[in-house]
Amino acid sequence: MKIHEYQAKELFRKNGIPVPEGGVAFNSDEALRIAEGLGGFPVVVKAQIHAGGRGKGGGVRLAKSMDEVRNLSNEMIGMKLITHQTGPEGKQVKKVLVEQGLGILKELYLGVIPDRSTANLVLMASEAGGMDIETVAAQTPEKIIKAFINPLAGIHSYHCRRIAYGLHFSSSLIKPLSDMLTRLYRLFVDYDCSLVEINPLVITRDDRLMALDAKINFDDNALFRHPDIDGYRDLDEEDPLEIEASRFNLNYINLDGNIGNMVNGAGLAMATMDLIKLAGGEPANFLDVGGGASAEMVENGFRIILTDQKVKGVLINIFGGILRCDVLAEGVVQAARKTGITVPVVVRMEGTNVEAGRKILSDSGLDLITAIDLKDAAKKVAELVS
Amino acid sequence: MSIFVDKKTRVMVQGITGREGQFHTRQCIAYGTKVVAGVTPGKGGQEMDGIPVFNTVQEAVDRTGADCSLIFVPPAYAAEAVMESADCGVRIVVAITEGIPVLDMMKVKNYLKGKPVRLIGPNCPGIITPGECKVGIMPGPIHKPGGPIGVISRSGTLTYEVVHQLTKKGIGQTTCIGIGGDPINGTTFIECLDAFENDPATKGMVMVGEIGGSSEEDASAFIEKHVTKPIVGFIAGLTAPPGRRMGHAGAIISGGSGTAKAKIVAMEKSGIHVCRDLGAFGAFCAKVFGYA
Repeated sequence: MKIHEYQAKELFRKNGIPVPEGGVAFNSDEALRIAEGLGGFPVVVKAQIHAGGRGKGGGVRLAKSMDEVRNLSNEMIGMKLITHQTGPEGKQVKKVLVEQGLGILKELYLGVIPDRSTANLVLMASEAGGMDIETVAAQTPEKIIKAFINPLAGIHSYHCRRIAYGLHFSSSLIKPLSDMLTRLYRLFVDYDCSLVEINPLVITRDDRLMALDAKINFDDNALFRHPDIDGYRDLDEEDPLEIEASRFNLNYINLDGNIGNMVNGAGLAMATMDLIKLAGGEPANFLDVGGGASAEMVENGFRIILTDQKVKGVLINIFGGILRCDVLAEGVVQAARKTGITVPVVVRMEGTNVEAGRKILSDSGLDLITAIDLKDAAKKVAELVS
Repeated sequence: MSIFVDKKTRVMVQGITGREGQFHTRQCIAYGTKVVAGVTPGKGGQEMDGIPVFNTVQEAVDRTGADCSLIFVPPAYAAEAVMESADCGVRIVVAITEGIPVLDMMKVKNYLKGKPVRLIGPNCPGIITPGECKVGIMPGPIHKPGGPIGVISRSGTLTYEVVHQLTKKGIGQTTCIGIGGDPINGTTFIECLDAFENDPATKGMVMVGEIGGSSEEDASAFIEKHVTKPIVGFIAGLTAPPGRRMGHAGAIISGGSGTAKAKIVAMEKSGIHVCRDLGAFGAFCAKVFGYA
């Protein structure tokens, strides 16, 4: 799960990681009130959306007076912000973060992520702050300093020293940095994060360390033990069909194509999308109804696909294991009766109780196209898209 | 021959009295698996279809000689279930549970280092040596006993699809292993490939990967140096958008790494025969393995 910068900074503040003074505003009146409380200029106005690259798209601006705070926040709230992460359609800005501007001496990068191959947490730092860390990693990997931390042993001062000396820190800043790294690591572990990133971390002209930006992602698997984090979820940032699907515990992702598909199992779902592409079509979604899906889940999944206006045809691909074919067939029939089928639907079933499943479909009187195997299904989808 | 499990494997089920645990225990027994014990804290002394249920793994191991554990424990408690088994000398731990917090798995992975235990999964369909022993949730009848192909996969139903197509072409399997779709898992592609390479009954391997992480790339580097048997590969997720978690927690393209394209390039460079059309997977294998 992703959260906004202002929410991440709230968590930073709570956990003793220094961030600039400021607050979130939903309109220009609120922005002015926050700016007044900051007691000086410049003031930074930052658009709050779940995407990086905001600065380049005009989502981070400096205000030198109250008038500018009003104008900038008025301009920004309601605008479509387009960055390299939002796609060409952009994202609507609904709130801004209003913060004190700082005198900056140096920009750095700091991040904590899990390392899949060593099962350790990695503290990453770089003097190339403010840049996209992936670009730094690709072009100048030697500029990234890493400390691997075994989660069973936790963070120790030698990890921090490795980072501090690697960043060529002066002695006055080594202790504040170690303190920040330790708090950052603990925050990662305490809240089950999947990413904590400060880009840039700045050294101010008065020699303080400050998180100028803040990004936190959470491990979806661990949200059950952090009910407080759930309140940070922002439905405005999510696709309406994806919100609907999440209500039924369905793994659904809305995509750009026109062939809807419903599959059991994530790997087979991805492979089915690939198959649609191979046949010359474009998948309209990813939908994994899960290995242990009920007829109700199948019904809701199918309904969500059918209500998607861009869908011109549907491929249902089920390999019955835990999810039996007869259960699937009942769900399909229910959804078709309730929602009505207006586009061609190809069904391919295999595995547990396949005969019973096929019988339910053929007895239903619904206009479904059955495929005998995956190859046949791909051929029929190809006809559908041509 | 086979790898990791066979007809002598003595299976204990952690979480045997739950809905999933009960259903799949029965399926495993029906397939011929020696299920000797169940563990559910608080239900010790009961029986499930004649199988004794114990409060602790230690008791189950001491009383029944179980050497393999199949875990259906809910995500919040699954990590400790794995460690409990490891502490009690269980040789193979198969964790089916989906949704275990990543940090829990990182701790488990570090905890298991150096211990004489093999973890398969989590978030996987399990492991099956066709005709001998099924420790998992895969449909038994789609498999063909007797080999000569070993199957390794990060997926569940996609593995069933692949195995089904092999069987329809008359190509049997020695052992099929689902290593799981989580970012941190136990047994890796490399460990399975190494075991299959050293298993005389296995004449070739099928390796099914997907987007996210670098385990396919790591495996490819290993194959180039250490594997002589022919391998057919498949990668799911060519059309997956970056930055989105595709069902499996581990299936995510992040920061431009973990793409299907990069994996296919690495695999082909190491000599793996990569099949791009899942619909023709069986025919592709038949050709590579000399069945055509």
